[in-house]
Amino acid sequence: MAATLPKRITKEIERLVKDPVPGIVAQPHEDNLRHFNVQMAGPTQSPFEGGEFRLELFLPEGYPMEPPMVRFLTRIYHPNIDKLGRICLDILKDKWSPALQIRTVLLSIQALLSAPNPDDPLDNGVAQHWKDNEKDAIATATAWTKQYAQPAPQ
Amino acid sequence: MENPGLFTAIHRPGDKSPSQVDFVVRTPADLVRIQRQEAAEICNVFGMSMAHATMMLRTMRWNREKLIERYIDDAERVLRDAGIADIETDAARPTVLPLRHQLCEICFSNEPNVPMYALACDHAFCVECYNEYLSHKIQDEGLSARIQCPGTRCPNVVDEPSVEMLAHPVDYVKFQRLLLRSFVDENQVMKWCPAPGCEYAVECHTPQSALDSTVPTVKCRCGHEFCFGCGYANHQPCICNLTQLWLRKCMDDSETSTWISVNTKECSRCRSIIEKNGGCNHMTCRKCSYEFCWVCMGPWAEHGRTWYHCNRYGEQSSQAARDSQEKSRSSLKRYLHYYNRYANHEQSARLDHQLYLKTEKRMESMQQKSDLSWIEVQFLRDAVDTLVECRMTLKWTYALAFYLEPGNLTTLFEDNQCDLEMATEQLSGLLERPLERKSIPALRQQILDKTAYVASRRQILLDDTAEGLADGRWRFNMSLIN
Ligand SMILES: [Zn+2]
Ligand SMILES: [Zn+2]
Ligand SMILES: [Zn+2]
Ligand SMILES: [Zn+2]
Repeated sequence: MAATLPKRITKEIERLVKDPVPGIVAQPHEDNLRHFNVQMAGPTQSPFEGGEFRLELFLPEGYPMEPPMVRFLTRIYHPNIDKLGRICLDILKDKWSPALQIRTVLLSIQALLSAPNPDDPLDNGVAQHWKDNEKDAIATATAWTKQYAQPAPQ
Repeated sequence: MENPGLFTAIHRPGDKSPSQVDFVVRTPADLVRIQRQEAAEICNVFGMSMAHATMMLRTMRWNREKLIERYIDDAERVLRDAGIADIETDAARPTVLPLRHQLCEICFSNEPNVPMYALACDHAFCVECYNEYLSHKIQDEGLSARIQCPGTRCPNVVDEPSVEMLAHPVDYVKFQRLLLRSFVDENQVMKWCPAPGCEYAVECHTPQSALDSTVPTVKCRCGHEFCFGCGYANHQPCICNLTQLWLRKCMDDSETSTWISVNTKECSRCRSIIEKNGGCNHMTCRKCSYEFCWVCMGPWAEHGRTWYHCNRYGEQSSQAARDSQEKSRSSLKRYLHYYNRYANHEQSARLDHQLYLKTEKRMESMQQKSDLSWIEVQFLRDAVDTLVECRMTLKWTYALAFYLEPGNLTTLFEDNQCDLEMATEQLSGLLERPLERKSIPALRQQILDKTAYVASRRQILLDDTAEGLADGRWRFNMSLIN
């Protein structure tokens, strides 16, 4: 049973295509318009600069009353993102509001890359590294970006 | 029929014993009324709407004094914590906005003539989206008091009049139920009665900090007696901490051991299997007519008449007759001693419930065999009530005794326990005596006297223990736990 897509989701998709967020490409799967492939450029002046990160985003049945599910597919060294790519971000959990959108969620994730928050960690090991020796942690993150997040040759 | 308000003291001086605490049973209607009273007080002081006063009280867990203090100190902060955007707006009369040409950020509809709604923060959404949002929060997330404005990161709380106006009636009913639930849950002086299906709450002002020096036992209107401190069924005279320790210990030990067999025992003379089928501990083997005590397995002849030696560990007379687990570790034996008595009373109390059914029949036959009226045979039921109460108390005295350090006070306690236990067994025995026409009047008097005696022994034990707790006289041997 192919449920009809709520008007809101259709509109969001339209707008994402017409007026894309700088540095982010979000494209719904052809066979499931609730499932998006996302490409996110690492923000400048961060250890993720120059990286091209792949994410997947899924709009559950309850969307927009329930938050979208988002996860990094590309490996990334970040205190708020764990090995499975799960993201610790309040608006994806208890601070979700139906007035937020795919666009605002992706912008928030991009902002999280610029400003890691080791005090609210998802990966304790990485967060500890970040707290004990930020310089060294950033070096690791930069190395991971080079190793795992290189843009595919055009 | 005026009930005292929530924070007015419910003190009735002089009419309670040291082992009792003051409490009041509250119906759902009482709870609604108390919330209104509390909010009205705040309205009187600060002159805001009832809805806003209620929201502020909630953030202070219904502590009115604290709210007044904080509000005078820093009103802005209190309002922020309560999620109130603008105290000047009249939350009692929410109105749907005029049909604005504004985009609803939930459904992305900007059709004209769509009714919209906004809290004082001006985050407007169409009424239909609000309805869906509230339904999600109430039904799926079980929220009530802290439903925030749907606006991004907006801290404002959707007040009750707004919910009433915007939510589906079904959702609003659940919303109110959740609010009532949270009123009691958040309230330090309130607890729901844990009996299944019971909708009463109990108000009691014994603080959690006093639980090492008192066992606040309350009785709901449904008949269920429970501890206000921990919610467990009445466990007087044992304090909450030790009760939890004891229950956990029993659970751990019974899972790993098979040696606790409380339902059957061997007759120590003829070795035939005897199953306990009544509450009384005075057993008679059907096969060999050997009379013995269920608890210690010693001959009954040594019990009862002068002194009932069954409550203390290490007495010699019944040692030989007891089961032969002689070489087990002493800590285990010590535990077993208390556990067996604890479990024994628990089991007896359960069997005594069957005694209620038997008692009904006995009351009828007693009427037929004597001139006693229905009212006059009620003493039998009272006796069973007292018997069950005493068994529950005795049960917990063994849990408490397990954690007591030896000493004069403990000896005194065990003497009290011994008195109560002996009298309880005697009452139990009287209740199982066959009814003969000639002896009914005498039996009735005996039971009446024994019931009164047993009840007073129980009260003495509870009061002595309670006073000892209040004075901090008890010494617990926690090292024995491990
Ligand atoms: Zn809408
Ligand atoms: Zn708002
Ligand atoms: Zn009840
Ligand atoms: Zn308790």
